[in-house]
Amino acid sequence: MTFPGRRPGEDVTALSDVDLTLASGDFVVVVGESGCGKTTLLNLMAGFSRPTSGRLLLNGEEIVGPGADRGVVFQRNALMPWLDVLANVELGLKLQGVSATERRAAAVRNLASVGLQDFHHHPVYQLSGGMQQRVGMARALTSDPEMLLMDEPLGALDALTRETSQELILDLWQASGKTVFFITHSVEEALFMATRLLVMSPRPGRLAASYDVDFSRRFLAERDARAVKSDAEFIALRERVLEHIRSGHVRDATDVGLRGGQDG
Amino acid sequence: MADSYGAPGGGGSSRGLSLATTAALFLAWWGVTAAGWVEPLFLPGPGAVLDRFLEVVEEGFGGATMVEHIWASLSRVGLAFLLAVATAVPVGVLMGMSRVARGILDPPLEFYRPIPPLAYLPLMVIWFGIGELTKIVVIYLAIFAPMALNARAGVRSVPIEQIHAAYSMGASRLQVVWHVILRGAMPEILTGMRIGLGFGWTTLVAAELIAAQAGLGAMIQQASDFLVSDVVIMGIVVIGTIAYLSDLAMRYLERVLTPWKGKV
Ligand SMILES: Nc1ncnc2c1ncn2[C@@H]1O[C@H](COP(=O)(O)OP(=O)(O)O)[C@@H](O)[C@H]1O
Ligand SMILES: [Mg+2]
Repeated sequence: MTFPGRRPGEDVTALSDVDLTLASGDFVVVVGESGCGKTTLLNLMAGFSRPTSGRLLLNGEEIVGPGADRGVVFQRNALMPWLDVLANVELGLKLQGVSATERRAAAVRNLASVGLQDFHHHPVYQLSGGMQQRVGMARALTSDPEMLLMDEPLGALDALTRETSQELILDLWQASGKTVFFITHSVEEALFMATRLLVMSPRPGRLAASYDVDFSRRFLAERDARAVKSDAEFIALRERVLEHIRSGHVRDATDVGLRGGQDG
Repeated sequence: MADSYGAPGGGGSSRGLSLATTAALFLAWWGVTAAGWVEPLFLPGPGAVLDRFLEVVEEGFGGATMVEHIWASLSRVGLAFLLAVATAVPVGVLMGMSRVARGILDPPLEFYRPIPPLAYLPLMVIWFGIGELTKIVVIYLAIFAPMALNARAGVRSVPIEQIHAAYSMGASRLQVVWHVILRGAMPEILTGMRIGLGFGWTTLVAAELIAAQAGLGAMIQQASDFLVSDVVIMGIVVIGTIAYLSDLAMRYLERVLTPWKGKV
């Protein structure tokens, strides 16, 4: 993926040689330093931009634009301030022409799943940042997409809200069974959330390594996030990934594990 | 809710100060004239102006009563304003949306915008005669530019995340324009309407220079021909008051329609 520059020779190649296949139901996390091309990759998957070379497939069909089969949760600014909480969550189904009672039921259900059942008629701009992100998640779920694309959804939250939101997202993932593609620049968050962790290296953005991890499943079984995050294995892997990102070197390409299943 | 520390314009209502300023200005006016420091021909006192106002309300001036003058001006500005809303807002939105529309419409708009209405008034008279049409066109042109430019800026100010979110919930292009861009541009559209209305009142006297039977501008014009300075001042106060009241109405509309303005 190359962005044209203002003058010839100033083009930015933001992504290069990215070969990635997502398995259905996976929680895939991309971690990498700021500016390494994570958002560029997500925008391609969401259909907000088209690749300058290469192809993206969803269930064998080429992605040519955004669509309701891929729900997106943004870092900020994505709620409609002129609508209240419930209307925001209902909006997708309304635009798709779903009947009022049906979309209301879906919105109420999804708001309850993010713990906002008492905030239906609040203005969204009066909610805290963490609550706004929960509205964003309920909204994305309400259109019942095949996969959720999340671009640093917790990046602007304080540390405590961030941890509870991580747990909420894992619960939503487990309950919905959806494929999640999640971007973060926090290695700890990436390790905690992922079933598959991708390390991205910058200039141009490449997938430098892939790890299969199971800390999220461990959390969902034992429900003790602190225990998972202070586990010796967790800490060792965290340091390894951090070292990997810091050194910036690209590992052996065979490190990028490819698995069959749903194309993405 | 109290304003947060350092919020621009915070610290409570400014109404008390506004009333105090108004009272002080009236007092100064009254003092200067009552003391006899200026000739009544140059500046008649508040009492004389009020007497004149009551006289014009009952008996009229220049062939029309006060109500007729006000109604003539109000309907000219009102009609020009409605025409401008119906045309300038769509044009501005189009300019914000489309590179082609922006390219085509930007030069004529930016060319005529800074020209004082008095400069093109003679041309309007040659083109449209000395009837109502010319007056309304002159006021309309003054309102059109700020309204279109603000609508254009409003469209450009809509966060891309909101647009992307709508597409990802299955919205069509038309739905994005209607449900996201127009709503998101609303604060600027309303600002444009408010500024435009002010420009309308500013242009009124110039428009009514041409052979008007009734109208506040026409009344001032006739009064100045006969050096009746109390009618001139009375006309100024009436125009200023009506313009101020209409601005208050627009501000009220802003608060009701876009309570989220500046909070996201
Ligand atoms: N529209 C664009 N035009 C030009 N360069 C861009 C554009 N979007 C992103 N880039 C560049 O591509 C690189 C990757 O950006 P991005 O994907 O936003 O990184 P990340 O999300 O990992 O922080 C950066 O160097 C950025 O400056
Ligand atoms: Mg980014």
